Amino acid sequence: MNARVATEIDIRTEGEFARESYLSEHTVRSWLLTTDHKRIGILYLFTILIFFAIASVAAAMMRIELLHPTGGLMTSETYNKLFTIHGTLMVWFFLIPSIPAVLGNFVLPMMIGARDVAFPKLNLTSWYLFVFGGAFATWSLIRGGVDTGWTFYTPYSTTYANSHVISMAAGVFIAGFSTIITGMNFIVTTHKMRAPGLTWFRLPLFVWSLYATSLIMVLATPVLAMTLGLISLERIWGVGIFDPNLGGDPILFQHMFWFYSHPAVYIMILPGMGVVSELIPCFSRKPIFGYPWVGCASMAIAILGFLVWGHHMFVSSQSVYAGMIFSVLSFLVAVPSGVKVFNWTATLHKGSIHFTTPMLYALGFIGLFVIGGLTGLFLAALSVDVHVHDTYFIIAHFHYIMVGGMVTGFMGGLHYWWPKITGRLYPEIWGKLAALTTFLGFNLTFFPLFILGYLGQPRRYHVYPPEFQIFHVLSTAGASILGVGYVMPLIYFIWSAKHGRAAGPNPWRATGLEWQTSSPPPKHNFKETPVVTGKPYDYSAEKDVDLDLANL
Amino acid sequence: MEATASLNERTEPTQSLVARQFDDLEQQRGAAELGMWIFLATEVLFFGGLFLAYTVFRSLYPRDFAAASHHTIVLIGGMNTAILLFSSTLMALAVRAAELRNQTTLIRLLLATAFFGIVFMVLKGIEYYKDWTDHLVPVLNFDWHSPNPGPAQIFFWLYFAMTGLHAIHITVGIFVMLTLALMARTGKFTTGNYTPIEIAGLYWHFVDIVWIFLFPLLYLAGHR
Repeated sequence: MNARVATEIDIRTEGEFARESYLSEHTVRSWLLTTDHKRIGILYLFTILIFFAIASVAAAMMRIELLHPTGGLMTSETYNKLFTIHGTLMVWFFLIPSIPAVLGNFVLPMMIGARDVAFPKLNLTSWYLFVFGGAFATWSLIRGGVDTGWTFYTPYSTTYANSHVISMAAGVFIAGFSTIITGMNFIVTTHKMRAPGLTWFRLPLFVWSLYATSLIMVLATPVLAMTLGLISLERIWGVGIFDPNLGGDPILFQHMFWFYSHPAVYIMILPGMGVVSELIPCFSRKPIFGYPWVGCASMAIAILGFLVWGHHMFVSSQSVYAGMIFSVLSFLVAVPSGVKVFNWTATLHKGSIHFTTPMLYALGFIGLFVIGGLTGLFLAALSVDVHVHDTYFIIAHFHYIMVGGMVTGFMGGLHYWWPKITGRLYPEIWGKLAALTTFLGFNLTFFPLFILGYLGQPRRYHVYPPEFQIFHVLSTAGASILGVGYVMPLIYFIWSAKHGRAAGPNPWRATGLEWQTSSPPPKHNFKETPVVTGKPYDYSAEKDVDLDLANL
Repeated sequence: MEATASLNERTEPTQSLVARQFDDLEQQRGAAELGMWIFLATEVLFFGGLFLAYTVFRSLYPRDFAAASHHTIVLIGGMNTAILLFSSTLMALAVRAAELRNQTTLIRLLLATAFFGIVFMVLKGIEYYKDWTDHLVPVLNFDWHSPNPGPAQIFFWLYFAMTGLHAIHITVGIFVMLTLALMARTGKFTTGNYTPIEIAGLYWHFVDIVWIFLFPLLYLAGHR
């Protein structure tokens, strides 16, 4: 990107806090009726944090219950409801909107030099739908919760479950439309609103990853909507479409559910990869290694993601041949994922690395994602999967991707763009401490679960043989450290929003277009539409020898 | 920007039609069209769940599906197919009328499209009523002549789910056409910005195409 212009701007206005910005208006009305993508991103941030808190409390209660093998704290039914709350809220009301709807909404239009997304009113509608869906989900919790697990497997969910499945399904159904609208908005925005000169292969990699994510959002989510609709109608009328007694097919549900939910797993990791692809070059002061490969890998993951749902059904009476094909296809996903990891490490190689908070999160992401990804290969192998299917091994695997990957990426991105969002710097030392705390806490929470699963403890039980207790105790101890690691940023972010040092337009001396405008940005992002003349990630260590980003 | 400044007077009326996030009408129109196509893609996948269920159960129970399909009313289904195809033609002509800035023709064609949509719904309603009196409504009113009514009931459940979902889309379409016809009276769509008519047309054609698939699958499965 046009690096020359960027440096001129930040020398001129270094450290200034923009008085006139998108935050200038203070009324409640100006927030609730806003069509500004930046404000909508912030509305999403607050909303998903509420759900993150509720779902975390559910996880904490589960971890406390699991301290003792006989688990005397609660009934099995309560435990079932807790893991359902945790899974449902975390997946649909935190992880899926986390990076796309918060950071994506905030920076995507700025990254491509646009004044807003293509459909600002629809963007606001999507937030309202999300809140409305969330209200349904909360309502079903207040009335007594759901005990099916986040997967709503039939025929349990349709025939036997004696809990509030319909209102929860309605909540997820409605929130699904908010996801679809966000995805549609991002695709159209990326196609139609790019600044002059910003060709596809000059786009920041975060935009590529959001584009791939959006494709999954618009193509997979409608199938989930239909599936949840069928479940609800089945519960009301009992026609038997998923009930073998009446000629129905419960496996059909699994196919339809995983046709959505496996691609949805990539909604929950691709944006994290996109954030890391921004952080690594910026804090290595090097252009990213193999730019087109990283961008195309996002697309490859999105496409392959639609072809692997059967690996959730290796033991669900799927034919052996189908199993073999799904297994091979699942292994193939490792190729583009590996391309990304190798390109990030190659970017680090001989880079001038600044260990800032976002960079610590990005490095943590790489390590945790590699563990999560490699254990995914264990699960893609037919015979190994039979051994560890539905055990804690699975729990550990996907938490390494979802939490170790996506949440770490989200935290990294939030720290990276925080100066842009608020115009102020967070306290760097606390940031580093929080990044290290979450990394340690996370590993202590989830690594023991790999061993536990391999030794054979099935998931979703709250009583277990006493010899497993040590792993559960370690995990619960880790979870408390992890909790501290998440509360710390909450406190210093709130503090810094008011008292932090003014950041100036470009504290990281980064090259993206979003850094070429003041912080916080003006209402329409740019005073003049920027013109792009070169490739992204035009970093060079020689130019920035005086730079010490880690001690801003 | 400087280049357009001198043309300011001439571009004023079109400028006011451009939302603040777009640079010009062309960009706005391209965005709206692409948005509609993406929306239709999501619709294909939304209906896709039901089509998948239909495919699975028809391959599991081909005979029951053929027998059950015999009880649908092919005459009404066929008439509705013709009606929808005709209304789609009118819609295409409406888009053309908007392009040619012919306000009266545009309004007439939009109203005619809505009218045939309503005729479709009336015929569909008659058919649903017949289904009810013939005891073909699953769970509520289902009486099947074979000892194992399950598969036939699934057929009729899918029949109601698919045609019902389609009917909801037709109803939405009717309201869209009526609203557009009302708005067209102000001359809004005949000054060069006919994007709303065009994307409404895309939607109407999509609803039409869904029916083109539903008709043979549901009505003709039992006919040779």
